[in-house]
Formats: sequence, C-alpha cells, structure tokens
Amino acid sequence: MRKLLAALLFAPATLLAAGGQALDPAPIEPRDLVSLQAGARTFVNYCMNCHGAQYMRYNRLTDIGLTEAQIIDNLMFSADKVGETMKVAMSTKDGKAWFGVPPPDLSVIARSRGADWLYTYLRTFYRDEKSAHGWNNKVFPSVAMPHVLWKLQAEQSTVQYDTTARDLVNFLVYVGEPSGQSRKSIGIVVLFVLVVLFVFAYAMKKAFWKDVR
Amino acid sequence: MASRLMALWDWFDARMPSVGEEFRKHMSEYYAPKNFNFWYYFGVLSMLVLAVQIVSGIFLTMNYKPDAALAFGSVEYIMRDVPGGWLIRYIHSTGGSAFFLVVYLHMFRAMLYGSYKEPRELVWIFGVLLYLALMAEAFLGYLLPWGQMSYWGAQVIVNLFATVPFIGPDLALWIRGDYVVSDATLNRFFALHVIALPLVLLGLVVAHILALHDVGSNNPDGVEIKKNKDANGRPVDGIPFHPYYTVKDTVGVVVFLAVFCIVMFFLPEMGGYFLEYNNFIPADPLKTPEHIAPLWYFTPYYSILRAVPPLFNSQFPGVAAMGIATLILFLLPWLDRSPVKSIRYRGAYYKSALAIFVVAFMVLGYLGVKSTTVWGQFGFDAFFLDTKDRATWAARVCTVLYFAFFILMPWYTAKDKVKPVPDRVTM
Repeated sequence: MRKLLAALLFAPATLLAAGGQALDPAPIEPRDLVSLQAGARTFVNYCMNCHGAQYMRYNRLTDIGLTEAQIIDNLMFSADKVGETMKVAMSTKDGKAWFGVPPPDLSVIARSRGADWLYTYLRTFYRDEKSAHGWNNKVFPSVAMPHVLWKLQAEQSTVQYDTTARDLVNFLVYVGEPSGQSRKSIGIVVLFVLVVLFVFAYAMKKAFWKDVR
Repeated sequence: MASRLMALWDWFDARMPSVGEEFRKHMSEYYAPKNFNFWYYFGVLSMLVLAVQIVSGIFLTMNYKPDAALAFGSVEYIMRDVPGGWLIRYIHSTGGSAFFLVVYLHMFRAMLYGSYKEPRELVWIFGVLLYLALMAEAFLGYLLPWGQMSYWGAQVIVNLFATVPFIGPDLALWIRGDYVVSDATLNRFFALHVIALPLVLLGLVVAHILALHDVGSNNPDGVEIKKNKDANGRPVDGIPFHPYYTVKDTVGVVVFLAVFCIVMFFLPEMGGYFLEYNNFIPADPLKTPEHIAPLWYFTPYYSILRAVPPLFNSQFPGVAAMGIATLILFLLPWLDRSPVKSIRYRGAYYKSALAIFVVAFMVLGYLGVKSTTVWGQFGFDAFFLDTKDRATWAARVCTVLYFAFFILMPWYTAKDKVKPVPDRVTM
C-alpha cells in the first residue's frame, strides 16, 4: 500500500499517453444531421460488431432526425425492440479471449478521449508486421484493435475517408451526451430570463437604497 | 385579500409568536453595517449553493445506485433516460465546484477585513469547521460516480490515513471497510455523503449564523457599529438586514446564477476541471491511471503533500503538513496581533504578507493539477537536491511561504505601522 501511494504521488506522470502524436482538430458539427446519420450507419455496421453503447437507446436516435421505423429497418441488427440499449452481441469473455482486453463500451468514449483524439486515432492506423493482427496506431501504440475500417480507407479517397471518420466521431460525441444540444438551447433561454430578472432586481435595490447614505 | 392574509398572520402569531420574534431578531431588526461591498455577497451565496446541492442531491438519489456494479451506469441513466436528469446532475457537479469557489472568496473576505478577530473568533471557528466538513463532503461525493478518477482518488486519499504511525493501516481499513476501495466503501461513502455530512453542515451553518448575529457583522472598515447607537439603541451605521440586504443580495444572487448557468449549460466539464475526462471511464481496480490529480479545490493541499519529502521511507510528514495546513486556520484569531481589523488601515507588512500568501496558494493550486515535471528540471546537481524537478522546488518554496504567513503573523502584525481607524464607517 505504501509503495503504491509513493508511486502515485511521486512518479513523473506522463500526461496524455498520445504516443507523442499531435492530435488533428476534429471538424465535427453537432447540428449536421446528415453527418450524424452517416456516423450512426458506420457505427452499427463496423464498430458494433465488437463495441457496444450500452447506455444509449436505439429510439433515442430520433434526436438525429430518424424515425423509429428507419431505426428498426437500418440500424438494429442485434436488438428486438427499439427501446433497447445498443448492446454488443459479442460477450466480454470472447472479447478478452480474442483481443487480450474486452473492447470497451463506447457510450461515453468521446467524453473520456475527446473528439480530436478519436478523429486522429481513426486516421492513423498503419501496417505493423510485429503486432498480432498486423496493425498499429500512432496515437494508441500497440492497440489491441485491428484497423476495422481498412477496407473503407482503401476504397475511399483521403478526403472521403476523413469525412467518414469525421461523421463517426460526430456521432460518438452525440452518443456521449445526447442532451448536449438541448442543454445549450435551454441555457440561452435561462440566461435571457436571468438578464430580465437582473433588471428588476437592480431597480428594486436602487429604490430601497435611495435613502441610505 | 390583504386584510385576510393579515388576519391569518395575526391568528398564527397569537399562537406561535416565536416565528415573528426570530424573523425580527435575525432579519428585519438585525442591524448590519451599511457599507458592505462586493466581498460580502459570498456568505449568502455559500448558503444558496448549499441549498442547491441539497435539493439537486435529493433528486439524484432517486435514481442513483450506490453499488459498485451499477453506480457508473446509473449516472449515465440519469444523464440520458431520466427526464431532466442531465440538468440535475450538472447542477450538482457544477454546484460542487461553485461551493468551493464562493467559500474560498468568503474566507478571503475574512482575511481582508479581519472578520475573525475579537469578538468574532467563534464565527471563524465554526466557519473553519464548515470548510473541513465541506472538504469531507466533497471527497465522499466524488467517489459516487465510480469512474477511474473517483476510484483512484479515493484510493490515494484513504491511503494517506494509512501513513499515520502505528494505527495507520487499521485506520485505513476501518475507513474503507475492505482491503481496497470496493463496494463496501462506495455504500458507506454514499451514506455519509447524503445524510451524515449534510446534517453536520446544516448544524454548523446554524451555529455560524447564530454566533455572527450575537456579536454583529464586521464591515470593510473594521469599525464596531454597535459602539455608535442612536436614542432608540440602534447602531447609527446599521441598516435592517431585511429589506436592505435581502434586496441587495437578490442582485448578487441573480448575477451569481448567471455565471453558474453559463458554466453549467455551456461548459459543464470546464475543460476537465469540474468533470474530469478520466472519470468517464468506469472504475477499474486493476488499472491505475497514469495521472491522478484531485479536483481543483484540493490541489493547493495536494501540492503541499507532494512537496514535503518522505522521512525514513514514510510519506507521513507530507500528510501531516497537509493536515496542519488546514488546521492552522483555527489559530488565525490568536496569531493576528494587529490593533486594527481591516486591510484599509493595516500597514505594508500585512498587505505584503497577504499578497504573498494568495500567490503561494494559487501557485500550489496550479502545481497540484500538473505533473511534477511541468516546469522541467534543474541542469545542475547539488547534494540537497533529492529531486531536480523545478515544480517540486517551487511547491516547496510556496509551502514554506504558506506556513510562514501564519507562523510569522504574531511578529509582523505587531510590528506593522497601522493607520488611524475612523469612528464611523465610510461609504
């Protein structure tokens, strides 16, 4: 215990293990529904084979301009009801056996890693004969995940693939905090109310205090 | 209508006159100095934030699950599936940081105007107890989201108790209820966070205010307004708290709420300082994060802990320094030998000492969120350098300055050249 404490307190912490790779700013646009829907399609077709978003419900995707029928027809492969959460079919045990670590749940991955990290990560896979699955990554050295999008990257131009990555990150940011957009719009209304309240509160204070010298 | 309400009040008052008496005593006939300035908003704001935290906390407990297997998910459930849950959660998380911000400013006000000095020593002591209870409350609450930072932050802080000589390991075990931070720890921290500490805080707030109202409020001039009374026995420089300060504080509350809402609605994570990024990773007892830092309000003390070198392979000196750094606040009323209260009439010694103290406190706070290598290393070798990290040495210097402010206070406040204090307050 004492050793652990000493290690935690005095180890020269290496901040943000990004492997020294500078992060590219992710050009995400949280109100671009087309981009969010494209990201959702990539997510369920590629990511969800191994990763879940177990705190996110399918029917919540009506937020990004889809109807429940569209969600059921196009996005639900491993769930029966539209109110279910986006759980992964693969078991944690299998994941651990196949990759060494179970693939993490991606519900709040954009909140822990940040959009820029994800955007750079998706675009910096490279061939590495020394790794078990033949891939490595510049921001996540010796990553356990192979380059799942390699076929897309091979088929698409660099610009197209960057857009694919952008849309996917855009979607993950949305999944990280589905109420993110309504939070901001409610915030503007609340601040407006407070400004009005300030005018009245200040006038009341002036009126009461006019005889205090 | 108005007369009916008055009749109802008369009926009530005839049967329970103490409500009206207490209202007069503490509000409409409590005479506060008329010259309160900006710094006097933070007392009422601390009470406001306490109320906000209690109400938002009650709603959070309706859906939160204090269970190691369910806690992280239940917070996400609140953020997604509970109607308005995200708002309640952000109110509570922003409120936690806001609480420390207003309390630090409130304490700084006391140091500016000597509000802890005779006859207000008890007000100050209850205030320091409130601050300690608030630190405990914040630490306990931070475990509840059960993210990586929650888990490892609690692991580190509970291990601090393990460094106490002789009883340390048993003490840490007793606090955790297990050999590591676990489900048992989470469950008891939840109980302490939602019931025990809030009760302590409320009781101390009552004591703090009763003690204040018995002696009367200080003011930016440090003049005792009770020394100047009119024919009716009312202080000449006093005005009834209600309605004068209730309407004035309303303005302050609205401005504070606007700042609070800007953070809460537009920057709820505050760049990782109010909600840490690593805390969106579920707690994993097998995976220690590379960088563990407490939330910003603890970082000055965390820096002191890291600055003090271990002795005989024990971290206890650092832990003791951290503890003494908070407990020394209790002694402030007796360390200050100045004949005047307010900084307006103090001399250069106290003014410089306070300025150095504030800078040292902020540098310690800054270094506490950074790694010890943030400012690079010295290029030379010396026998006393057990570490070459510049930041560690800066933290050591600031730690010495922090303690020097208190330890040297009896000397420099007695020697200081003070200015004459006026008889009446100045507006």
